[in-house]
Amino acid sequence: MIVDAISLRPSDNVATAVQDLVPGQVAMVRLDRDLHQLVINEEIPYGHKFAVRFIPKGEEILKYGEVIGRATVDIQSGCHAHVQNIESLRGRGDLQKEG
Amino acid sequence: MEFMGYRRADGTVGTRNYVGILSAVVCVNEVVENIVRQVQGTARFTHHQGCCQTPLDIGKVNHALIGLGRNPNLHSVIVVSLGCESTDLAGVIAGIQASGKRVEHLVVQEIGGATRTAAEGILLAQEMVREASLQQREPFPISELVMGMKCGSSDTTSGLVPNPAIGVASDLLVAAGGVSILGEVTEFIGAEHILARHAVNETVAQGIISLVDRMEKRAMAVGEDIRGGQPTGGNIKGGLTTIEEKSLGAIAKAGTAPIQAVYEYGVRPTVRGLVVMDSPGREPEILTGLAAAGANVIAFATGRGAPQGFPFVPVLKITGSRTAAEKMSDHIDMNLSGVIEGTDTIPDAGQRILEELVRIASGGMTKAEISGYSNAMDIYMWGPVI
Repeated sequence: MIVDAISLRPSDNVATAVQDLVPGQVAMVRLDRDLHQLVINEEIPYGHKFAVRFIPKGEEILKYGEVIGRATVDIQSGCHAHVQNIESLRGRGDLQKEG
Repeated sequence: MEFMGYRRADGTVGTRNYVGILSAVVCVNEVVENIVRQVQGTARFTHHQGCCQTPLDIGKVNHALIGLGRNPNLHSVIVVSLGCESTDLAGVIAGIQASGKRVEHLVVQEIGGATRTAAEGILLAQEMVREASLQQREPFPISELVMGMKCGSSDTTSGLVPNPAIGVASDLLVAAGGVSILGEVTEFIGAEHILARHAVNETVAQGIISLVDRMEKRAMAVGEDIRGGQPTGGNIKGGLTTIEEKSLGAIAKAGTAPIQAVYEYGVRPTVRGLVVMDSPGREPEILTGLAAAGANVIAFATGRGAPQGFPFVPVLKITGSRTAAEKMSDHIDMNLSGVIEGTDTIPDAGQRILEELVRIASGGMTKAEISGYSNAMDIYMWGPVI
């Protein structure tokens, strides 16, 4: 049995693919000792992230149980979560909310 | 859990029992190498510093040599000096002696050349190794382990498997009363605000922010912006989205324990638990810094396979990549690719890392020790060579 993706904390709303994943595939997502099934809705290359649940625009993206950025548009479950729909909250002179 | 270690006069516990041969300055590295080549049971520390540097950096050399000499994995120490270096030889000797260790020194310009010094050093080291070899290992609780942490030659798997698994091992060690040291301040950039939230109090939180700020300013002072362009195009192609995510992958080694204190490079922690130490990410300098801070074991995560160990501290190489484990099998100690293949989990792998560290601490040899791949070490400097 192959693990398709790894999720690092229960609070994480994204998981990282450890295989190339294709739309329609039911991915096996490892979280600690548990395995969850999730339907993939877009091509997810190895090493890339996808939403493990619906993430509305403006919601924080959680990986390692920490905020790695914010959704710039709605992200559907099983869809690719990357630079096209996530922005960093760091090193942003236009934002006044660092730290 | 217990390991078999060597009791030291200052209350610390060694996992190895070498006679350390330390260079006071770059100019005597050849002498040190000759002594170590001829005498089993010795371990070297050679480097490229100790002369023609700023007073601040010479102070760092003195401090690092004292820390290395005091490392519990050394039974006793010979310091080799040229005679005209800037390193404070008397201060280094006194600093190491304060731990209760036997410290000898050899001055090349007084003895009369490298050949005679090496010969004298070989005879002296033989006698010191005989003395060291009489000491027996004794059982100690794992609270006496001081674990340094490092990742190098990382890839996509590093932040997903070995780093979080080392984080589990660190949490277990901290829960048992041990010490775990996180370095690589450059890896904090972009996630320092997150790391600061794990600090035990506001002073420690500010200390973490200041370390990162200082490292960025030093890079800017030479016209470089180390935050700019992060994550790199290659990172983005590999799936990393933001600088926060990239940094968190490296920081995952620290697990979830609160950060108890922040230390300068090579400073020995005076508290138990997880601590942060100033250091760059490059291997020769961070491994030296961890050893100078008293680390008696080092856990090292790698994605593509990094070969370097340290001359007298065992460095356990851990990967989550089957490719690295197989292609770099003479360097990799632990293959955690089962986490990706479905036969292993991060919590189980973390437990096994701690168990392996205990075996290594008790005398089991790492690949880096067996191959002797550990000699390209150096001390972290700030200023120019003059």
